[in-house]
Amino acid sequence: MKAQDKQIGAPMNRVDGHLKVTGAAKYSAEYELPNIAYAVLVGSTIARGRITSIDAKAAEKAPGVLAVISHFNSPKVPGFDTAGKDPSQPATAGGPIKIFKDDKIRFNDQPIAVVVADSWERARFAARLVKAQYAPEKHKTNLEASASEAFLPTAAKKNPKHPMNDYQRGQADAYKTGAIKLESEYVIPTEVHHPMELQAITAHWEAPDRLTIYDKTQGTMATRRDFAREWNLPEENVKVIATFVGGAFGNALHSWPHESAAIIAAKVVNRPVKLMLTREQMFTMVGYRPYTWQKLGMSATPDGKITAITHESIGQTSTYEEFTESTLAQTRMMYQSPNVTTRYRLAALDIGSPIWMRGPGEATGAFALESAMDEMAFMLNLDPLEFRLRNYTDKDPENGKPWSTKFLKECYQLGAERVGWNKRQLKPGSLRDGEWLIGYGMGVGTFGAHRGAATVGAQLLPDGTVLLQCATTDIGPGTGTAMTQIAADALGIDPKRIRFELGNSSFPKAGTQGGSSTVNSVGPATQEACLALKDKLRTLAGAGNAAFASAKKEDVTLADGYLTLSSNAAAKVSYADLIKQGGDKAVTVEAKPGGEGQKYSMYSFSVHFAEVRVHELTGEVRVSKLVSCADAGTIINEKTAGNQMKGGAVGGIGMALMEAAHIDDRFGRYVTKDFADYHVPVHADSPDVQVAFVNQPDPHVNALGTKGIGEIATIGVAPAIANAVFNATGKRVRELPITPDKLI
Amino acid sequence: MNQFQYVRPSKAQAAIEAVAKDANATFIAGGTNLVDLMKRGIATPQKLVDINRLPLTKIERENNGLRIGALALNSAVADDKQVREKQPLLALALNAGASAQLRNMATVGGNMLQRTRCAYFYDLTMPCNKREPGTGCGALEGINRMHAIFGFSDKCIAVHPSDMSVALVALDATVLVTGPKGERRIPFADFHRLPGDTPEKDTNLERGELITAVDVPDGPFTKHVHYQKVRERASYAFALLSVAAALDIENNTIKAARLAMGGVAHKPWRLTAAEQSLVGKPATEETFRQAAAVAMQGAKAFKHNAYKLKLAPNTIIQALKTAAAA
Repeated sequence: MKAQDKQIGAPMNRVDGHLKVTGAAKYSAEYELPNIAYAVLVGSTIARGRITSIDAKAAEKAPGVLAVISHFNSPKVPGFDTAGKDPSQPATAGGPIKIFKDDKIRFNDQPIAVVVADSWERARFAARLVKAQYAPEKHKTNLEASASEAFLPTAAKKNPKHPMNDYQRGQADAYKTGAIKLESEYVIPTEVHHPMELQAITAHWEAPDRLTIYDKTQGTMATRRDFAREWNLPEENVKVIATFVGGAFGNALHSWPHESAAIIAAKVVNRPVKLMLTREQMFTMVGYRPYTWQKLGMSATPDGKITAITHESIGQTSTYEEFTESTLAQTRMMYQSPNVTTRYRLAALDIGSPIWMRGPGEATGAFALESAMDEMAFMLNLDPLEFRLRNYTDKDPENGKPWSTKFLKECYQLGAERVGWNKRQLKPGSLRDGEWLIGYGMGVGTFGAHRGAATVGAQLLPDGTVLLQCATTDIGPGTGTAMTQIAADALGIDPKRIRFELGNSSFPKAGTQGGSSTVNSVGPATQEACLALKDKLRTLAGAGNAAFASAKKEDVTLADGYLTLSSNAAAKVSYADLIKQGGDKAVTVEAKPGGEGQKYSMYSFSVHFAEVRVHELTGEVRVSKLVSCADAGTIINEKTAGNQMKGGAVGGIGMALMEAAHIDDRFGRYVTKDFADYHVPVHADSPDVQVAFVNQPDPHVNALGTKGIGEIATIGVAPAIANAVFNATGKRVRELPITPDKLI
Repeated sequence: MNQFQYVRPSKAQAAIEAVAKDANATFIAGGTNLVDLMKRGIATPQKLVDINRLPLTKIERENNGLRIGALALNSAVADDKQVREKQPLLALALNAGASAQLRNMATVGGNMLQRTRCAYFYDLTMPCNKREPGTGCGALEGINRMHAIFGFSDKCIAVHPSDMSVALVALDATVLVTGPKGERRIPFADFHRLPGDTPEKDTNLERGELITAVDVPDGPFTKHVHYQKVRERASYAFALLSVAAALDIENNTIKAARLAMGGVAHKPWRLTAAEQSLVGKPATEETFRQAAAVAMQGAKAFKHNAYKLKLAPNTIIQALKTAAAA
């Protein structure tokens, strides 16, 4: 690759691809520290009540066991007494479980004890010997049964400007008096993230007041903050390392009880402790997409103009923590409608806390909104794409601001062509291939183009490598690769000479990888740090070389071993000389959003087109084509971005057709506990997903023009498939997943 | 996992003795189900008798049929030329099961002996008469989407998860076993049990009895066969229900028929009355529809599996149509 080629946009292979496929990449359960011990959690077998006794005698006597820790003997965790609700997370009320602090059971499989042993097998064996007695109380695990007790989130009650408050423009519930109207209820079951890598932590107290944890987290700094608070330590005394994260989809956005348990265990046995959850435990204690009930009312004129939308939802949360998400956001801004009402409520149940799962609330809300759009188009005898075009908005109807950029019409056109939308018939059940009914559907997604502050350090190494460091994480999208490309362009050097290190809370600070914001935030910091490094080197070179002193920084080139000027090849200063003058000191630059968010409404957009085949006798659904088109601003790496879109689309297939975690309400306990019962798509379920990007830079979000991809890859996929199933069969399924029993 | 002893005899007699004499001993072959059950504490054998050294992997001609060794791998049977020629229904059913990796480990004998996938059976904290007699049936009034519509009792409504066994019961196979009292032959239809009052017993094998082979007699079902498995995803899932269909058709008239269902009962469910209703009739959708109606006599659903009352006849019709067209 020539140094002067532009790297942004190139389909570069992942910089860590070789490490990942050869097993050299180290994940949080793979740090074999000297004298390490292993911890296994014991979970409660009731959903609500109190622990009356724990018999740990047999476990304590089992071979290799170092400790059995429960609320009866746990050391005091100082932050459990002082830390109340987390002020940095205003969307929540209450707080995470304070593990082993009291005898209260708040959900089934809540950790009640942790067994530590000298091998994982011995810890697991002993964990089964721990016997607990309970005083059970009546539990609630069913959202419908608790719907009458649903409440406005506390954060909204306290702050009338909080986005979880009821929203209204125009008249409330105006759809009820509309000429043509619909009112439909939709249900999303509990879905579980289930990344391939299980949640795992290796906790190491390097000194009584210094903690290092190798942890599966999407935010090294957020995790550092949480555990520094839990142990009343200065943040710099806690180090969080997450060099590689094997997928997360949101479930590592929060600190969970197993992490606290491992840190307590390491304190008690005074050895590093490794704790990895089982797949079964991944259902119960590390979050999930909450079961959500929604009602959507819509009215329109006979010529296809929406006159009113009301969208209500009740999402489930735990009894100890109020989890909220933006289920109703898309409804407020996606379509031109003079009257819009939204009402968001929570139902507190005796289950673990939910956490954002890819696309999060927007994906849940889009299932209702985009299904209703299809229902209304059908009532109006209109092509659903035409119906959306008739209600297209050129500015944000929620706040009246112009879009920073919006190329959704271009996405519509690209996607419709690729899926063969012209084959779609208005009348359901018109197309078939033998026993297979064929249908086409579409669903739209949008997500805020969020940007936060981020800092990147850039440093010239003696061998000419530029080392970049940032505390951000890479849960799979290829952050290190994208940053390498951005840096290569900013420095004008071969990407092979750049090393981007991340996943360490000691590196220059960055936010959590979530909400499709990493490239938007860390990208500009990387770019600015590289430009600053180049300018610093020019300044250093200028001290002894007049040609550099007067040169413009764009003129400066980093060639093999030398700093030179593109306008003057004779001017050169060796790296060795620069380093002697302090050129190897890191330049650290923070990049922050400005006031652009006040002036513009900034969103990424996507549309997904599905072709499905439904067997008329067995009700099986197969997605035969899936086309995802995105307006996500500048695409830094077409390959990794395309990969991210495909992954999100496959997640959408799971959401539409198979994913559901069921609780038996009599026991308040999941009956889906493994991949035999909780289905995620296999290769045979996924067509070769076609991805197209508009690839137009957004000049307002940041200098790179990016808007974010992660969420819009999933938002809108499930309704596209549900709408295609309706087009194939005439059957409208409003409760996901669309399994054969619902179609026959 | 509990501690256990492990032995690997090279003679069948030694293996049989080891299990016959020890109530806490059990055979292990591929281990694709047993090891899972041990990890979860559902099976707690104190001795594993590994039979993989026994010479029971052959697939050979024997008395106008195929004799398939109990240790023949699922993948080896599915790919065997004689099986594909003489008993294509069996190959289809095998390939519909599990994943390629599991089929490469699982044996014919082990496939027959796999335990139910009922979620209540798999959770030590929930009631389950099959796992712990007398604790009740969690599924009876629980989440019973996957459960039986035929042959259940109030003690157990679980289903047998094997695909292979559905084909074998349709093909009139016979199970060959050797035990402390010698050899015996068990017709496949009598191998698995209905739950009755003893759901803890899946089969009629006695302690120490070792499956050595399965005999599948030659028949006319070499062309018009189909295994229709309905599941929520395209691969690697247990059946919501499945149908094994085999027809012998001459001049568009059905001379003989075999029909069995999986995912509907505690054992692979042979549909003898429906088979008889097909004989002598033209191979038409109407005939298949009538057979499906006969097949469904006596079916009864629970709260979450009523869909099976419609899905089962639909799947029978689809399987027969596909078999006839094959």
